[in-house]
Amino acid sequence: MKTDSISRLQSILSGGGFAVTAECGPPRGADPEVVRKKGQLLQGCADAVNVTDNQTAIVRMSSIAASVHLLGLGLEPVMQMVTRDRNRIALQSDMLGAYSLGIRNILCLSGDHQSFGSQPDALNVFDIDSMNLLRTVKDMRDDGSDMSGFALKEPPRMFIGAAANPFADPFEYRVIRLAKKIEAGADFIQTQCVYNMDRFKQWMKMAREEGLTEKVHILAGVTPLKSAGMARYMSQKVAGMDVPEHLIQRMSGVPKEKAADEGLKICLETIAELSQIDGVHGVHIMAIEWEEVVRDIVAAAGLLPRPQQDAIKE
Amino acid sequence: MIVAEQKSIAEIKEIVAPYKKILLLGCGTCVKTCFAGGEDDVAVMASALRLAVKMEGRDIEIEELTVERQCEDEFIQESAEAIARNESVLSLACGAGVQALARRFKTTPVLPGVNTTFMGVLEKPGLFTEECAGCGDCKLALFGGVCPFTRCAKKLVNGPCGGSRKGKCEVNPDTDCAWHLIIERLTALGQMNNLKVYLPPKNWCASLSSGPRKLIREDHEI
Repeated sequence: MKTDSISRLQSILSGGGFAVTAECGPPRGADPEVVRKKGQLLQGCADAVNVTDNQTAIVRMSSIAASVHLLGLGLEPVMQMVTRDRNRIALQSDMLGAYSLGIRNILCLSGDHQSFGSQPDALNVFDIDSMNLLRTVKDMRDDGSDMSGFALKEPPRMFIGAAANPFADPFEYRVIRLAKKIEAGADFIQTQCVYNMDRFKQWMKMAREEGLTEKVHILAGVTPLKSAGMARYMSQKVAGMDVPEHLIQRMSGVPKEKAADEGLKICLETIAELSQIDGVHGVHIMAIEWEEVVRDIVAAAGLLPRPQQDAIKE
Repeated sequence: MIVAEQKSIAEIKEIVAPYKKILLLGCGTCVKTCFAGGEDDVAVMASALRLAVKMEGRDIEIEELTVERQCEDEFIQESAEAIARNESVLSLACGAGVQALARRFKTTPVLPGVNTTFMGVLEKPGLFTEECAGCGDCKLALFGGVCPFTRCAKKLVNGPCGGSRKGKCEVNPDTDCAWHLIIERLTALGQMNNLKVYLPPKNWCASLSSGPRKLIREDHEI
């Protein structure tokens, strides 16, 4: 990839398209084949693939390395980067390295707290927060300088993403925070999984009223439910997740062997509804360890074929 | 105040194992308030330690003393004679007190009897909470008097993460989400606009990041 090439995701979104992104969690091991296998399942059905950065604070192959394995397959990675594990020096250095390797999208996050992971005795860093990381990547791209103000030779020009959780407390602050992330540098937003449609619509309405949907591309997150148990677990145990009771009931109302189908049905209904919301510019499908289902979802949602790289070149 | 917690008798027994005569030295300020190192705590610990050591068939002589503040030389001096009579000092002061003693008494081993935990307040009887990280660059005016550097598990300065639930922190559901408190307080004060402003990365130079800090007050030098 030439260093001046821009991201496919950026081209699609700035061209007014409805984007589809998916997710690939790197393995707890050094085998690139695991990444490639997951990647192959997503070829042709996602415009870009998020590569998580030691998600849930469990040591995995680095997001940079796994992103490069996806690039090798012709997939476009969205490299996730958390501020939990690296200070500002390492974050900026990795940004330069990632760009030099052909990575064009970044999602700036603070990261799951290490107490949720397999090594809770680790020291966290949090030298800067996700908002500061957004601004850093933006300054590198727009001003061509690092955090010290040093003019970089060949600054990285990333398409910059941030996460938003419309379902977290306190609700009133959620749109203020979104505005702040946009102001800090976010070009696109990927949201927490949408199950509570009413609340999501309310959040989108507030975002529209603030003029935010004119400034940023919002990709709504979806995760197909596999079972009633999963729905209940997510509702009760996963921080920041809002699964309404009527969906849990719906998942419990079907025989166990049909639950996954029901989950997919819910997911498709959600995507259909999301695509009608003014300001939603795409979906981010997080089918964790269930990557094979992404193609079916994208096909059934009528979102195939995905635009080809050649067709969207400026 | 500085909050500390006594080490377990098992650990202390190990620490004092090489010595037969020790001075158990309390401190009458912070650690007294948090029931770790005041006069009463010295007495209780001395009895417990004597018993524990005896049960192992060993002997130990423990002298008890408490000074007003182990972090100030003026008060430390009061313990000089007692220290001279013993082989080592088991200090129930915070880490600053232990080190101040070690600095003053160069040939006496000074051992820690407490774990110094944080700077905090007595929230209610029996509950001490951490409030200040001593970062050297106080921004409490912006946050309605609630410190996110200290009280947010991710040290977030530009707003809450997405994980709090009903005002509680995702990392520890028994702990209030600092950002929930900040928003509640700023709403009450009519200062929510504070949170719309982007805060640049914190300058950690004023914190421990640049090595141990010093405060020089020339007007008080002699």
